[in-house]
Amino acid sequence: MNNYIMAFIVGGAICVIGQILMDTTKLTPARILVVFVTGGVILGALNIYDVVIKYGKAGGSIPLPGFGYSLAKSVMKEVDEVGLIGAFTGGIKGTAGGITAAIFFGYIMALIFNPKSKG
Amino acid sequence: MKVEEKTIRKKFDNLNSNKIPKPNLLLHCFNAFWVGGAICVIGQFISDFFSKIGVPSDQLGSYVSIVMVFLGAILTGIGIYDKLGDFAGAGSVVPITGFANSIVSPAMEFKKEGFVFGVAAKMFTIAGPVLVYGIGSSVIVGILYYFLRW
Amino acid sequence: MGRRIGVQTVEIQSKPRIIATYNIVGPKEGQGPLKKYFDRILEDDLNGTTSFEKAETSLLYTAVTESIKKARLKETDINYLLAGDLLNQLISSSFAARDLNIPFLGLYGACSTMAESLSVGSMIMEGGMANYVVAATSSHFSAAERQYRLPLEMGSQRAPTAQWTVTGSGAMVLGKKGDFPYVTHVTTGKVKDYGITDVNNMGVAMAPAAVDTIKQHFIDTGRKPSDYDIIATGDLGMIGRKFTEELLLEYKYDMKGHYIDCGEQIFDAEKQGTNAGGSGCGCSAVVATGYLLKNMLKGKFKRILLVSTGALLSPTSSLQGETIPGIAHAVCIEFGGE
Repeated sequence: MNNYIMAFIVGGAICVIGQILMDTTKLTPARILVVFVTGGVILGALNIYDVVIKYGKAGGSIPLPGFGYSLAKSVMKEVDEVGLIGAFTGGIKGTAGGITAAIFFGYIMALIFNPKSKG
Repeated sequence: MKVEEKTIRKKFDNLNSNKIPKPNLLLHCFNAFWVGGAICVIGQFISDFFSKIGVPSDQLGSYVSIVMVFLGAILTGIGIYDKLGDFAGAGSVVPITGFANSIVSPAMEFKKEGFVFGVAAKMFTIAGPVLVYGIGSSVIVGILYYFLRW
Repeated sequence: MGRRIGVQTVEIQSKPRIIATYNIVGPKEGQGPLKKYFDRILEDDLNGTTSFEKAETSLLYTAVTESIKKARLKETDINYLLAGDLLNQLISSSFAARDLNIPFLGLYGACSTMAESLSVGSMIMEGGMANYVVAATSSHFSAAERQYRLPLEMGSQRAPTAQWTVTGSGAMVLGKKGDFPYVTHVTTGKVKDYGITDVNNMGVAMAPAAVDTIKQHFIDTGRKPSDYDIIATGDLGMIGRKFTEELLLEYKYDMKGHYIDCGEQIFDAEKQGTNAGGSGCGCSAVVATGYLLKNMLKGKFKRILLVSTGALLSPTSSLQGETIPGIAHAVCIEFGGE
């Protein structure tokens, strides 16, 4: 139960940071996603985001900085195992599931569904 | 009666700084918090489920990502995710389901322009930068890590 | 023969009549406060076609052909079709014109196209170069969103200053004779850019152009706001409209009681979630052919000034950090009061 409460709070808090950026700066949602993912990579590389994952669990991994964190951890692990080439192979290797799912399901959904009329 | 345009321009700038309505930040943050939090709770639930049925912990992340991406994709397909986005703002954009939404929505939208240059090309209009900057910065991290080994 | 007065205004002495109009709108517009002034309200904004662009073409085609029918004319009687829209390369207008047997001049004025086409059409009539001219324009919410903004199914919040592109088309047939509202003056606007970069704040970006054209119209004609029953800007929205009122006060023109904005009027912002109001070429077109001209025919308005406003940006110019230039054209229409 504790896990769920922490996931809720930590995840919600990260989203609030995003909301503040959206409403008070000229950053568009797309640019905010870029900032968050890159931020996650940097914080993951510096072992700072680890504490967010440790206490927030899914609250840290589901938001987009979590994706950046995965990229950083995977690349560092790969460099440890295979050397410099790991810098190029590690990131995608660790996040392959999410990226491939997005591409694959994106295509499938486009096959099946049409955009709805708005208003 | 001569009025200089720069007087008008000055008044315009004045109005623009003061008279533009601002979004309701408090309400937006509140909705972003609980919707974003709820999506993370769903992610936690899925993670616990996979863990219980014996998925090894180093693969757990991939399983959860794939399921959450699928959820975001299907909610976009049936036309719900944009309504969620209007209500929850960052609460729907920041979680990985939002990433899925940013890929599926242009894919659906540009179906009219065909499956190669419509669906397949436009899929990455929003998500492309995320991948470029995410993967790109991970390469830099990898190179630095190789030499600095912290 | 028309004569130039002042700096930017032409007095149209032959008084070309607006002998027939037709408008067609989407479902959302048909639920708004002006719904009883629309000739046709669609149930489905695809209008039975397979894409939003094709739907917009069909709207424009319908508006043009129905207005010609209403005027009891045939396509071959019309000497010029002047039309434009928001889409790249004016495809809505061009593809509608493809199915029409009328010499076609495509115009781009963004959302100012209604007044622009009416201006040019009136000047062609004044020059004795046509017996009948059709001025028309259209816009479509979904087609515009795809081109200018985000995919429809993308979850994103609209800013309080954002406007909702109207799905609609309006057409006016100009002729030489008959007891109909007629064009008396055309004031052509200059491009004005006061440095707004926020694409969600178009109404404010266009306000300087509206102010400039309106003030110049008054100076050139020697008139003031109270000489008009209604001055209607195209799509400045609620905030742009307020800015325009304030700025015109600097020129000592008090617009209170004589001024509306078509974008602000076409939707009920509260109930329909349209924030600052409607926008798009279709906005001033359907409000002009609907609310304004139909009330003119009933005798409610004797002299109106239609000031359609446009934002002349593109997605590329925005990404390159350019600010948003605006333009506004004014057409004075009279009926019944001599």
